[in-house]
Parts: sequence; structure tokens; C-alpha cells
Amino acid sequence: MNTPNAPVTQVQVAQRTPWLAAWGPRMVIGLPFGWLGLLFLLPFVVVLKISLSEMNESGIGYKDLVDWQDGLVVISLRYSNYLFLLSDKLYLMTYLSSLMYALTATVLCLLLGYPFAYFLARSPASIRPGLMMLVMLPFWTSFLLRIYAWKGLLDNNGLINQLLLALGLIDTPLAMMNTPFSLQIGMVYVYLPFMVLPLYANLVKMDLRLLEAATDLGAKPWTVFWRVTVPLSRSGIVAGSMLVFIPCVGEYVIPAMLGGPNTLNIGRVLWDEFFSNNDWAMASAVAIVMVLLIIAPMAWFNRIQAQQRGAT
Amino acid sequence: MTTSWLRCTWLLAIYAFLYLPIATLVAYSFNDSKMVTLWSGFTLHWYGDVFRDRDLMEALGLSLRIAFSSATTSVVLGTMAAFALVRFQGFRGKAMLQSMVNAPLVMPDVIVGLSLLLLLVALQRALGVPERGAMTIWLGHTVLGMAYATVVVQSRLQEMDRSLEEAALDLGARPWKVFTAITLPLISQALISAWLLTFTVSLDDVVISAFLSGPGSNTLPIVIFSRAKLGLNPSVNVIASLTVLLVGMCVLAGSLWLARREKQLSRELAAAMREH
Amino acid sequence: MALTAFAYTLTMSMPAPAATPAHDVLLDIVNLSKNFDDITAVDSVNLSVNSGEIFALLGGSGCGKSTLLRMLAGFETPSSGQIYLQGRDISHMPAYERPINMMFQSYALFPHMTVAQNIAFGLEQDQLPKAEIEQRVHDMLQLVQLKAYAKRKPHQLSGGQQQRVALARSLAKRPRLLLLDEPLGALDKKLREQTQIELVAILKSVGVTCVMVTHDQEEAMTMADRIAVMDQGRIIQLGTPHDIYETPNSRFVADFIGSVNLFDGQVVVDEADHVVIDTPHARVYVSHGITGTQGMPVSAAVRPEKICLSLAPPLAAERASPAEDGFNQTPVTVQSMAYFGSFTTYHVKLADGRLIHVTQQNAARHDEHKLQTGDRAWAWWDGSDVVVLTR
Repeated sequence: MNTPNAPVTQVQVAQRTPWLAAWGPRMVIGLPFGWLGLLFLLPFVVVLKISLSEMNESGIGYKDLVDWQDGLVVISLRYSNYLFLLSDKLYLMTYLSSLMYALTATVLCLLLGYPFAYFLARSPASIRPGLMMLVMLPFWTSFLLRIYAWKGLLDNNGLINQLLLALGLIDTPLAMMNTPFSLQIGMVYVYLPFMVLPLYANLVKMDLRLLEAATDLGAKPWTVFWRVTVPLSRSGIVAGSMLVFIPCVGEYVIPAMLGGPNTLNIGRVLWDEFFSNNDWAMASAVAIVMVLLIIAPMAWFNRIQAQQRGAT
Repeated sequence: MTTSWLRCTWLLAIYAFLYLPIATLVAYSFNDSKMVTLWSGFTLHWYGDVFRDRDLMEALGLSLRIAFSSATTSVVLGTMAAFALVRFQGFRGKAMLQSMVNAPLVMPDVIVGLSLLLLLVALQRALGVPERGAMTIWLGHTVLGMAYATVVVQSRLQEMDRSLEEAALDLGARPWKVFTAITLPLISQALISAWLLTFTVSLDDVVISAFLSGPGSNTLPIVIFSRAKLGLNPSVNVIASLTVLLVGMCVLAGSLWLARREKQLSRELAAAMREH
Repeated sequence: MALTAFAYTLTMSMPAPAATPAHDVLLDIVNLSKNFDDITAVDSVNLSVNSGEIFALLGGSGCGKSTLLRMLAGFETPSSGQIYLQGRDISHMPAYERPINMMFQSYALFPHMTVAQNIAFGLEQDQLPKAEIEQRVHDMLQLVQLKAYAKRKPHQLSGGQQQRVALARSLAKRPRLLLLDEPLGALDKKLREQTQIELVAILKSVGVTCVMVTHDQEEAMTMADRIAVMDQGRIIQLGTPHDIYETPNSRFVADFIGSVNLFDGQVVVDEADHVVIDTPHARVYVSHGITGTQGMPVSAAVRPEKICLSLAPPLAAERASPAEDGFNQTPVTVQSMAYFGSFTTYHVKLADGRLIHVTQQNAARHDEHKLQTGDRAWAWWDGSDVVVLTR
């Protein structure tokens, strides 16, 4: 039944218990709405406000924006933080390199993950749940521990170097830790399941008869793949890419554990500004600019999710 | 067939990529040497050390308590949000609720952590509460957890057959009874997955906990993180292998149980088909 | 038979309906309308349903029949108009308070409950004593002959069995009115015929008043006592299956139910007991009067089974009355045939190339005079078999 109708609960309850009818649905909507509004939206307002303020001389806390002096209301919006952000070469480089790392991670996840999801989806139905379980198991294991594992692997005394030395392929240990290389591997490793899952969900539901029709019309397997399968899996590709790209931009833990002084990450910068420099105003400005950077991809993600829901 | 060979190789390669690091973690937890990666002998004494480590055990306890409560709160709020989004048509702010519910899924943790902390500090300056500690961490985890819970429950609600609820109403059940007798049992599996998912998310979180924790409220991930940042540490390996063991057992048990139910269902269906 | 004996005891314990006079009105729908934004799904519908009858709402998709049914069930609130059940206005009563029950198209059996629990659900909402609930469930299972399946879950039943459980569940509360949403839609042809008969037998033996919704005219014609043909939210014609088939009131109804041949023309003779219509293909003689005027443009509708085909034109002696000699006949060429086993449908071409269809029973196993494709023949019919349509 596709006829639009007022929620039956609302209509029916309205007859008997007026107050429940008025407040019941409102509570169900209102409580989550209020919770998120208070704890998710409102904080952004606070961040914006603090980004425009100045740190106290003592280094603890920030000055108020509104000041009452001699019968004057002085509202001081300090945009110097932003000016500094946008003019300082280091900051610009950091934002750029964060975007680059995230983009590279996304592309690598796509290259590795798409065939993986495809082969998974085409496996015999009886072993598919088992295979999915095997993919989910690392996902359920703490990601912190998994990143830590790479520390062990890539260390100068780590397993990979030991192996290469033992095989005689190298003479001295490769310096793999604390490099862009280790950072990138870490990102791909942690976020690969996030790419595989939406892709798999999309590919497994694909109507195979469409592929059969294409083959029947004379298309070779490669053509079928590029002109039918890939376009049909578009929503899965976008969802997976967004689930990898957006969080990677602001990643902190992976750069902190696997990155080095040469790897510039905006997530780390934010953390350092806040915890090391105690400059809350600067950290807030960094955060606001980061949000502005990812707003477009987030809106895209939202739209794809909405389309998915509409399609079902 | 070349494609079948390619398929097996690719699958195996990726699985190896995913599991090799975990396998090494577990292997090294038995390494006698303090230099974690240089093998010197088999030992179990690191395991003993971990259980005697007070800080670690306290952090574990705190993490479990926070995870438990934030998972439960997330599922309750997430189910409410899912209902609002699926069942109630076009109320004002519906699109906004949907975006707010989706956003924490992708938003970088540092932003969520920082913004929430700044809000709490502002509240503290104005009202004197709340103090940073376990409760503030719980608040942060619930915001994140709610996003995950809503996604899971929402997709289940959408594919649920509405006529079942209508049938219950038609047979005389009042709306609340319909919810408890019909809707809840039918979405129970989604509720359980949502709970497990948000439990894991909370247990695993580093960044938000770091921003929102106070003196004396160190969660397990925070402890692990600070130790790991300093360098390779055998206690971390032990925790890793214990975690892998536990998670592995649960996942295995869960999937076996599900597989058994599937088989039982199809056997019953076949029997019913044959009879008629 | 066990079924009728059992149903008899059941009716004895039910409140009166079996004993009331045939035309006791149970349901009254007055000027009922339903609008969704700018779409009018149901447009000022008026109808009455008599106690004990099976009433069908028939129409294509989007005609408003499902919306009307949902308003009766209480899942939609009317935009305007009233619904009276035994004199009581239930238009805005919530679904769980109405003494009306519905059998859903998808059966909507609760998958996490057994068959017995499904049937007991409605009774539990009324908070009947446990012993009585058990007795009623037992009675219902007996009625639909599913006693052995009480402990099964819906997924362990076949489609036909699931339907019987749905029926039992909807009758358990002894509703005043039973609503059926496409009752046979999910079944395949063979099963459908058998179920039709069984279903009507059960409903009549219980004596419950039914309103059913269907898009399948065969279903409506065979099961219902009266049918309302709906289109675009309105009732086009209301009557018994016979009335609707043999006396359609419009081209829409004539074409919707079964198939029909329409000859468009003008009334040239308008008498009290007969009418002659001049059409390009034949002069049509209608052996009854119509309310109309001379010169009026009308359509003469003749059902395919009422037309005869023969190689030679009909003789005057074969006609129903001498007045019809020369009327109601036209030369045709056989274009194609479809053999259905018990009957054959011929598509025959008229002089100007238009096709009409004719259906003939295959009354004999071998017929040497059977027409073949390409044969030239004559199509002719009786004046009493013509229905004159003005809209």
C-alpha cells in the first residue's frame, strides 16, 4: 500500500486520550530531536563562538564575547584566528595534505575493496554469511589494537623487516614507520571494511537478470562489468567512499600512532592546539574550517542515503 | 576458469591483509622478550601481569560500564528516532532530524569530541555542572551510538510489513499493545544488533573519551593509547589477543546459532510444502 | 457433512443475523469522500450493504476501492461523509473499537506466534476468560479444518493454509462485518476455483456480512451477491452479477466485465416496444423500448456468446421473431481463432476492417462445419440480446 496516511497511532489515540495523542508522537520525535539538538547542534554554535574569541592571558579559559564597559555593550568578534589559519602556509598545507591522504585512502580502498565485495557477492550463497562474518570480525576487534599491530609489523625490528632481511632482499631495515607510507597503510587497513560493506550490500541485491540480458545482447564480460554492473552499484560506491573519505580527513589516532613529524594531519593539529597549546580558540577555528571542508561530501552522503531509502 | 581462480586469490589476499596484523599481535603476546618483535621464547607471564595491573583493570571496568549504559541509551533513543523518521510523515524538521542522525556516522571524532567538550565547559561555567568524568563520556558516546542505532533500526522498520500492525489494530489491540506485542518482537533482532554495535563503538572509542574524560576517569582505550604511543608494549599485545579471542568466540557462536536457525526454518518450510 | 453440522452449531450460538429478514441494512455509507492532498480517492460514495450478503467492490487499480475498504476498517479517516453500522456512526471510531474485522491480502499472520495464538489474539484483546478463548480457537480451527496445525507457525504452512488461518482469525471475534481484501489474489488458478467455493460456503454458513474488494471480475461475479463497479472514486453501477453483466449501464461497465462488441449508430425508430438503430455495419433491431429520442447517438452492445456464426445468412425461420428478419446481421471474414478447449473465440472482420469477437461452445467433439481462418460467414444475433448504451 503506497497511499500516504497519517500515522494510525496518532489518529486512533486522538479519539480516546487527547493528551497522549498530542504528546505521545511529540515525545517520540521530540526526545531524540532535543537530545541531538542539544548535544550535537548546539556544540557547533559554541565552537563557532569560541573560535571568534580570545584566550585569556593566563592561558586558561577564554574571554567572553560580550563585554559591558562604561555603559557600552562591546561585542568583540575576533577573527584573527581565521586570518591566521587562512594565511599561514603550514595550516594550508596541513589541510591540503589531510585531504590528499583521505583521497588516496579512499581510492585505494575502492581499488582493493570493489573486487573484494564483487567476488564476495558472487560467491555461493551458502558460504556468503560465513565470508561476511570473516570480514566483520576485524571490524568488531578494537581498531586501536589493529593500528598498534601495524606498529609492530612496520617497525625497524618488525616482522616485515625481519622477513625481508632473512630472505636477503634488503641489507638494512627499511624505515617504514612514521612515514606517509605507514599512515596510508593504516588508513586503508582500518577503513577497508567501511568500503566493503555498502558495496557488498549493493552488489548482492543486484538483479543478475540485468547482466544476463546484457550478455544475451552480445556484450562481453568486461563490457558488462563496466557498462552495467559498475553504474548500477553507483550508490554503493558513493556510500562507501563517503564512509572512508570524510572520517579520514579528520583522523587523529592513525596519524598519532603511525604518522610521523612529516605527515601533516589536521586532526592532529586540532588535538595539539587543544591539548598541547591550550589554545581553544585556535582549535575551534581549525574545527570550523574542517567542517566547512567536509560539508559538501556530507551533504552528498545524506542525499545518497535518502535516495536509498526512497528506492526501497 | 580464470575468474574463479582470480576470485579465490583476491579474496584470500584481502583476508590475509586483514588478519595478518591481528595474528602477529596474538603471536607476540606469548613472546618472552620485552622487545616485542624479537622472538626469544614462549611465555604466559605477560598474561598474568595484565590481570594484576590495577590501572588496566579499573579502566576496563569503567569502559564496560560506560559501554553498557551508552549502548542501552543509544538503542532507546535510536529506536525513537527511527520510528519518528519512518512512521511519522512530514513533520516539521524531519529532514533536519535525518541529517542530525546521519552526521555523527561520518563526522571525524575530533570535531564531535571538541564541540561537545566546549559545550560542557560553557555549561559548567554557567551552571556549575556537569563535572567532566564518566557521565560526560557517556553523553558523548550516546551521541555517536545513537547514529549507529538509528541506521540499523530504521532499515529494519522500513522493510517491516505494516499490515501486521494494522491487523493487530483491526483485532482490537490498542496502539501501545500493538507496539509491545507485535512491533518489538519483530524488530528484536535489529535491536540486538544495534546494541552490540553501539557497545563496540563505545568500548573502542579513544578520541571522544579523551576530550570528555576528567581526572580519574580513564577508559581502557585511553590507557592503551597512551602506552602504545610510547612504544611497543607486551601488555597491549595481551589485551589484543584476549579481545580477539573473546570477539572471535562471540561472533562464531552467533553465526553458528544463526546458521542453525536458518537450517531449521528451511527444514520446517520444506516439510510444510510436502504435506500440502 | 461435518462442516455444515458444525457451522450450524456455530450459527446457533451467534447473535441473530441468520434469522433477520433478507433486506435488513447493516452498513450505510453516506456521501463518503477521501482526499489525499489534491487527489480525490473516493468521491461522494453512497451505498448500503444488507445483513448476511457478500458485497463486492470491483474496479481497476486506483479506482478507490481499497481506500474505501480501509475507511470501513478504520485505517483511514473520511474527509467527509459518514459510515453507519447498524445505525451507529462509526466514521471516526478507531479501528480497534469497531466490531469489524479484516482479512488482509497478504494474510498478515503474526510470524512470531503459532496458528492458535494468532487466532486467539483478537479474543485476548477483549479480555475474554481463558476457557472461552480456548473453546473459540478450537471452534475456528474446526471451521477451517486446520485442527492439526494449531501449534505451527505461519512459515510452516502453505499459502492456502495461511489463508485459512487468516480467515479463522478474522472470524474469531464474530464481527458484524467482515472485510476481505483481494481474498484470492495470492492463489494460483486451480486453487482459486476450489477456494472460491469453500470460502463462500464458510461465509454463508457463518452468516456474516462481507464487503470484499477485488480487481478480478470473475472473483466478484462468482462470490458476491451484489457488486459495485468503481472507477475514479465513484460507483458506476451497483447490482447483482447478472444485472451488471447483462444490463450494463455504460460503455465502461460493459467493457470492464467480460468482453463486449459495440456498434455505434443512431436511433432511427423509437417505439415503446422496439427500437431500431442504424449503424454502418448492420441495422440493429432491439426488442425492447428505451428512454431516448429519435436521432440520438447510441451504442448497441452485444456480448460475444450471444452472436451466432454461420456460413449462410440466417433464415427468417431461425429468427426469434419475424420482425427481425434482415436486422441484426452482418457479413464477416474469420480473421483468427483461439481454441480454449470448452469454447472457441473467433475474431471476425467486419466490412470496414473492424474486428468483433464471437464465442462459441464446442458442444460436439468433432464438427465438420467448423469455421476456419479466412472463411466468409455471417454473424447474427437476437434483438433481445442487445443492450443500448447511451454513455
